[in-house]
Amino acid sequence: MRQFGVVCVCVCVAACGQRNTATHPTGLSADEAAFQKRLQEQFLDAKPGTVIEIPPGRHALDRVLTLRANGVTIRGAGADKSILSFKNEISGPEGLLVYGNDFTIANLSIEDTKGDGLKINDGENITIRGVRVAWTAGPQTTNGAYGIYPVRSRNVLIENSASYGASDAGIYVGQSLNVIVRHCHAEQNVAGIEIENTINADVHDNEAVGNTGGILVFNMPNLSQPGHSTRVFKNTVKANNLGNFAAKGAAVASVPAGSGVVVNSNSKVEIFDNDIGNNQTANLIISAYFSTNYYNKPGIDPHYDPYPRAIYVYDNRFAGGGDSPDGLELKTLKVAMFGINGHFPDILWDGYRDEKNLVNGIPPAAERICVNNGAATVLNADGPHKYKNPTTDMAPYRCELPKLAPVELPART
Amino acid sequence: MSPTLARIGRALRAAVALVLLAGAVGAAAAMVFLAACARAPAPVRFFPEGRPQHLSEWHVLARQGARLELNDRVVPYDLNTPLFSDYAHKLRTVWLPPGTTARYSATDPFDFPVGTIISKTFYYPRAAGAGAVARSYDFSRDFSGPGLDLARVRLIETRLLVRRQEGWVALPYVWNAAQTDAELARTGDELPLELVSADGGHESFTYVVPNENQCAGCHVTNLKTRSIAPIGLKARHVNRDYAYPGGRENQLDYLTRLGYLSGAPPAADAPRNANWLDDTQPLEARARAYLDVNCGHCHSPTGPANTTSLTFDTGTPVDRHLGLCKPPVAAGRGTGDHLFDIVPGHPEASILPFRMASREPGVMMPEQGRGTVHREGVALISAWIAALPGACSP
Repeated sequence: MRQFGVVCVCVCVAACGQRNTATHPTGLSADEAAFQKRLQEQFLDAKPGTVIEIPPGRHALDRVLTLRANGVTIRGAGADKSILSFKNEISGPEGLLVYGNDFTIANLSIEDTKGDGLKINDGENITIRGVRVAWTAGPQTTNGAYGIYPVRSRNVLIENSASYGASDAGIYVGQSLNVIVRHCHAEQNVAGIEIENTINADVHDNEAVGNTGGILVFNMPNLSQPGHSTRVFKNTVKANNLGNFAAKGAAVASVPAGSGVVVNSNSKVEIFDNDIGNNQTANLIISAYFSTNYYNKPGIDPHYDPYPRAIYVYDNRFAGGGDSPDGLELKTLKVAMFGINGHFPDILWDGYRDEKNLVNGIPPAAERICVNNGAATVLNADGPHKYKNPTTDMAPYRCELPKLAPVELPART
Repeated sequence: MSPTLARIGRALRAAVALVLLAGAVGAAAAMVFLAACARAPAPVRFFPEGRPQHLSEWHVLARQGARLELNDRVVPYDLNTPLFSDYAHKLRTVWLPPGTTARYSATDPFDFPVGTIISKTFYYPRAAGAGAVARSYDFSRDFSGPGLDLARVRLIETRLLVRRQEGWVALPYVWNAAQTDAELARTGDELPLELVSADGGHESFTYVVPNENQCAGCHVTNLKTRSIAPIGLKARHVNRDYAYPGGRENQLDYLTRLGYLSGAPPAADAPRNANWLDDTQPLEARARAYLDVNCGHCHSPTGPANTTSLTFDTGTPVDRHLGLCKPPVAAGRGTGDHLFDIVPGHPEASILPFRMASREPGVMMPEQGRGTVHREGVALISAWIAALPGACSP
């Protein structure tokens, strides 16, 4: 009889323990698997008004958290306290993937996702506050592409947030409308903060340090909308000299290490009142799509505008930089023009302009590059002629442009 | 678990099953009596709300002896070219409430009435060894009569798409070890499996059952409405023959004859995707059918991958919209160091087959629904790209 009792207990363990053992296929402990299941259920059940609290602790997850509801808040106890770790991720590839309007996420960290950290697709009224996304092994090509990634969204506020180690852009806003990125920190990413194909963006009071490129304002071809009207101001953009670790072909793989602020193919961009320094290729680069490796006729929408237009640079504080540009062509150009110990001017323009749209040999007043920045000068690198006739004549940039209106977002809590 | 322990565990469970069986004999006898009298099984039950905990509660599919049987009026169907899901075989069924019909569309999923229940059961031919299943394109031995032969196949999961008043809902059920029923798994599941090929090749992987939100990852084909929709039940996918118990017949014709479908033209006039495995059909048609059903639900003008402007659904012209010479947008390391999605003539320089050939989240495409590489799919797409004319020149 005694023996029979033992057998019974064993059977129960074998039968009941089958689905919930410590040998989870992806290495999660039983507790971690149970936490994930509860959290997944909260995401599945979320509806307008739901607040999902992420308790303090480092929570290992192996699967993307997807939200498909409006009006949901996800919040932790602080970016240094509530940490979602996706090191064992088997299905994703994002950490958090959000389809929903009136969404707020605050005070938590997302670590080591296989793909993007936080992706928000086609949302309206999005608030991202106090969120930190990091790849903890430092810059690696195998890190996920984007840290914080709202795309095709409207009315987006990203504040007091941070990204470390993204293999493309740390904080990346794509194809969106009405965006504010402020008081954020981006470090060790290929691109620190990137605004792409976005209309009306204010990027201010951020720190972009130690990335390959600090703050980028880009327009890529073939997308849902061309971007314009971005203001970059009161930011600290320093020592973005990290070697470019993006996979070739990625959008930012063509950004030279040592780029402070980069405007590529975008228009109506205003850059003012920033502290930009010690970016070793150049503190500010203005370029056209032709300077990337990707231009080809069959693959690019013929209506795509590859030229930067209406770029207004004024009252920034530049210091250092331009002394060790990335890439053989730029290095050669720098030495030839400014000597071994010299440096590029603060502003580097690749020289591509829309030749079909010139008035008396210069772009129309509303489409020019205007610089009103004390002693700062511009190098026209003459990219279209393979750097044959670079110039530093400032006359073409002595102009003014109408200032852009601040971005206003609907009131939020 | 060591093989010895696993054997012991099985032996113990078998012992318990015997005890339970002994106790159940009385009840079974009563049931046999009932079955003999009533004959017909309980009809399919549509739940207008809630989430039944067990698949059996729906009475769509049921274990009968050594078979998984389809209930009365539950109609099986196949697709010309199916989605790849880790070499799983699939039994698809559709059931409509009596007296209702679905409206035909030439391009979109048929418009099904409230009460419709679509099921998809993922299973594998069995192979020797715990967790081992066969990698095989031989479907001929899966069935025993109209039902799946459970001596030959192992059931993994059954996903239901149910058309309710408020729209479609997706419910994943995971089969138990005894293969008697499947249990609701809203948050998904993960199963370690080993694929065994006929030539003895082995590949271990984790089979991932999607959670409800991941179901929507494929089945929300319109980001604006954010509502779930069927994918397979479109004219071009189901316009093919099926070997029904009463004989072979075109599925559109059969569904029409049954009253399940109205407004369909003669099958010959309906769109029809190629069978990707049929190498008597043109390479391009097979590749496009493959891309349509594996990628087109996200990569369409309305789908969640429209952020990339890369479209793979069936109407996409063979140009940059389909990825020819198109620079990637948000691929990250998924580029594999390649510059364009498709370089005509050069699969080895194209991003598309590179991502298909990966099983790593963050690189692989599709992003979910597989943990293995579909070698034959990669070969098909590579062959198609190799045959494409043109160049990505300035």
